[in-house]
Parts: sequence; C-alpha cells; structure tokens
Amino acid sequence: METYSLLREFADSWMLLFLFVFFIGVVIWVFRPGASKTYENPANIPFRHEDKPAGDDEADAKEA
Amino acid sequence: MTNYFKLIVLGLVTLLALIAANYARDLAYLVNALTVALVAAGMFLWVLRNTDEPGTSVDMSGEYMDGVVRAGVIATALWGVVGFLAGTFIAFQLAFPHLNFEWAQGYMNFGRLRPLHTSAVIFAFGGNALICTSFYVVQRTSAARLWGGNLAWFVFWGYQLVIVLAATGYLLGATQSKEYAEPEWYVDLWLTVVWLAYLAVFLGTIVKRKEPHIYVANWFYLSFIITVAMLHVVNNLSIPVSIFGSKSVQVFSGVQDAMTQWWYGHNAVGFFLTAGFLGMMYYFVPKQAERPVYSYKLSIIHFWALIFIYIWAGPHHLHYTALPDWASTLGMVFSIVLWMPSWGGMINGLMTLSGAWDKLRTDPIIRMMVISVGFYGMSTFEGPMMSIRAVNSLSHYTDWTIGHVHSGALGWNGMITFGALYFLVPKLWNRERLYSLSMVSWHFWLATIGIILYAASMWVTGIMEGLMWREVDANGFLVNSFADTVAAKFPMYVVRGLGGVLYITGAIIMCYNLYMTVRRSPAVESSHSTVPAA
Repeated sequence: METYSLLREFADSWMLLFLFVFFIGVVIWVFRPGASKTYENPANIPFRHEDKPAGDDEADAKEA
Repeated sequence: MTNYFKLIVLGLVTLLALIAANYARDLAYLVNALTVALVAAGMFLWVLRNTDEPGTSVDMSGEYMDGVVRAGVIATALWGVVGFLAGTFIAFQLAFPHLNFEWAQGYMNFGRLRPLHTSAVIFAFGGNALICTSFYVVQRTSAARLWGGNLAWFVFWGYQLVIVLAATGYLLGATQSKEYAEPEWYVDLWLTVVWLAYLAVFLGTIVKRKEPHIYVANWFYLSFIITVAMLHVVNNLSIPVSIFGSKSVQVFSGVQDAMTQWWYGHNAVGFFLTAGFLGMMYYFVPKQAERPVYSYKLSIIHFWALIFIYIWAGPHHLHYTALPDWASTLGMVFSIVLWMPSWGGMINGLMTLSGAWDKLRTDPIIRMMVISVGFYGMSTFEGPMMSIRAVNSLSHYTDWTIGHVHSGALGWNGMITFGALYFLVPKLWNRERLYSLSMVSWHFWLATIGIILYAASMWVTGIMEGLMWREVDANGFLVNSFADTVAAKFPMYVVRGLGGVLYITGAIIMCYNLYMTVRRSPAVESSHSTVPAA
C-alpha cells in the first residue's frame, strides 16, 4: 500500500477514534464526583503570588 | 568568559552579514543584511564595553522578571499605533487611489503596504502583546521567576528584529506571497530560533512552578506557542534560489500548497489570535473583576474542544477550488462545530462578572474587556456562518471577509489587549492607578464606534458587491462590470476609513494615558516608607 493510502486509512479510523475517545474522556473526567471542590483551588491561582514568587518552604504547604 | 564567546559569535555574524550584503542579489536582501550587520555590530560594542567589568551579580530569584514585560508593553503600544496607522492609510488608498503616490510606486502602493499592515497588527502588536502578557501571567500563576535568565530578553529583541526585517522586506518586495506568512526564508529561519527560545522560557517556567496545578491561561498560551511553531515550520518549507537572495521556492505546489497555506492561515487565527488571547482573557478578566473565572470546568472543556476542532477548519477558505469537496466539507463542518467551544468560552468570560455587573458602570477597563469578549462571540458566530458553502459563495472575495476579520481583530484582540495594557501598566511601574479613567472611557467609545463603522460598512459593501457580481439579466449575461462594483463601494470605503481614524485616535489617547501614568501617577507607597511621596 502506498504511504498516502496507509496514512489516510489510519487517520480516518484509529486516530479518529483515539481523538474522539480522548476528548469524551476529558469531558467525563472534568465532571467526575468531587471535581467542583478540586477546581476551586486552581481557579483562585491568579489571586496569589501577585508580587513575588513563592519561597521554597511555601511550596509544600500548597499541596491540597 | 561567556562574553568572549558572545564577542566571537557577534563578530562572525557581523562579518558574514556584510559579506552577504556585498553579494546581495536584490535590494530587500541587501537592506536586511545591512540591518543584521548593524544590529550585530551594535551588540558587539555593547558586550565589549561590559566585558571584564566588575560584576554585580544580585540574587533576583526572589522577584519576578518584569523588565522584559515592561519592554513588551511599550512595544505593544507602539507597534499597535504603527499598524493602525498603516491600516487607516491603506483604507484611504482604496477610497482615494491618488494616495498611491506616483513618486512612491513600487514601495508604498497598496500591494506593498497591505502585508505591512496585517503583519504589523497581527504579529507586531498582537505578538508582542502575547509574549509580554504570557511572561507576566506564567510567572504569577506559577509563582516562579521566568526560566532561562536573559533568554527572555533574547526572545523580546529577537522578535523585534523579525518584525523589522519582515517590514522592510515587504516594502522592498521580498515576499513569498503567502497570506500572513509573507516573510522570506531567512526571516522564517530566524523566527524559528526565536520561537523555540520562547517555548523554552515558557515551558521552563511552568516546569519549575510552585503551584501544583497549571492554571488554565497557561494551557492556552502553551498551545498557542507549540501550534504556531508547528504551523510556521510546515507552511514555510521552501528552498532559497540563492543563499544571497531573498527569493525562495515553495516545496509544496498546487492544491497541496494552497491547503497547507490555509491550514496555516486559519490556525494562525485559531491559535495566535484565539488561543493566545484566550489565555489573556482567563487571567485578566478574573483579575480586573476580582473574582475567579465563572466555571473552571467549562474552561477545561473550552480548551480541549478548541484544540481538537480548530485545527480542521482551514479548508473552508478553499470552497469552490481545486480542493476535493470532501476536504472543504470537512472544514465547513468543523467550523460550525466550533460554535460550541467558542460560545462556551464567551459565556465563561462574561459570566465571570456575575454578581459584579455594577463594575461595568464604574470601571471602563472591565467594560473594554467585556466588549472584547462580546466581539469574540460575535465574530465566532459570523465566521462559521461564512464558512457554510452556500453563504461563502456570496461572501468569498468580497469585503464581508475583511469586515469579519476586523470585528475579530479590532474588537476581540484589540480590546482585550487594551484592557490588559491598562491593567498592566500601573502594576509594572508600581503606580497606584491610571493617570486618567475618563481617557480610558474616551478610548473605549472611540474604538467601539470605530469598529461599528468599520464592520457595518463592510457588511453593506461586501453583500452588495457579492450580489452585483452574480447578477445576470434575462439572457444570462452578467449585469455589472467589476469597475461598477468598485464605483458603488466608494461611500462605504470612506466610512471604513473614518472608522479607522476613530480607532487609531483611541489608541493614541491610550498611549498618552499610559505614558502619563508612568510619569505622573503617584507611586504605590511601600509599607515601611515614612517619607510622603513628593
């Protein structure tokens, strides 16, 4: 089989399936139980460390 | 020690650039080679003067690297004015052809200035805005100083060199005739180097972040950097005719070349002008509204949907061409599917203000950001509609397309950038507030009315010329000549030019306001200061 046909066949079968499943997986993952609580912390990232970087000791405390 | 190495490299670059200038086969190449030689020689002297000076190495790891962001803010504002000025001028050139001056033929006629305008606004204004805001945002949301030390400065100055080389090249006739990818091969190579350095700085900062989570704005910025690198390299595969000339020949030809070009072209819109600017939206709108983004879940879905869908939309630029039907149908379908993530993102941006809608009355900056998100919604509605084959048969090659691009670029990209600049300048120069809020209001209204004049006149003239082109009489003969449509468009072209005048007036007011903020606004008093600010 020539390269074009091979790639074309792969693209519109397995690769398409993979991309689609990955995307659906992301959506399901985002709505997993307890997600709202988990995402509260990252949503507030812009409101921390406005003026200077976090020190080394601070880093561990942030793990939630 | 590294300085000696730098001196050797800079000396060699100067020498090679001068040799190249000597052998140059065309004017554009000659001027670009001399520019490179001048820059390299200047840097040689600068490095030389700093060599073997007693070093003052201060530990800066406890602070953000904001110098390069400040430089980027200045560059954004200045390139913005240059790009808007070029745009307004060529708008009037279309209305009044006498402005294609006889003495400047071949240099300043519409065909030469048009790529100068598009590149100046997209890559110089938009690109600098993206680079400086991404450097600002990635530091704050990673709680880490920029990775790579002075590499960030290399990215900044390297990018300015790309702009200068490209712009002078356009005026002197160096172009590979690919829309939004006009720069010739050596500029493309240099941009690749700069862009990989940009990727390294951005990714390096994310890697050493102190926040466990990568904030959503950084996802958008990172996807923009990676995708643009990929698009740029593939679309610019070309072989120079001579190493001493600017002309190059594309590796792809025919419909493959066209498809590659619009795969690039549409994803330049999708990733440069959308994903990157969404990164701005997801940081600056929450900051200015002082509340977190409406739904963080929605922002994640927004990101992945945009990434998966945008990349397929390019073929809708090639309806009714040699491109196979299945490909243009694919592009059309994905363009329409794009409605969903685009509007999801718009809703996410707008609803961030829920509970704080009163700020719209009191804060002209948030007003600017909100109208920008509004224009994002509007142009991402208009775009998919125009990608439908039946609509495209009316709209393609008409001014409607130009109107669509400008409601996106002036409305969405321009306004969110202005909002970000108004947010950044007081922060970066340590000022309490902006010099004048009423000037921001003036800017807001001038820009908004300018865009409305622009978009409305282009709708009218675009649909009019589309209908005139296809009008046939009872015997099936075309009713209008091309010149008839040109004559009929004159009043709308004047209105469009006036819209541009309003928009650039607003931008000049912004520059004055930002300048006065730095010069006159009271500094933020540090907590331990006992001396009142003079």
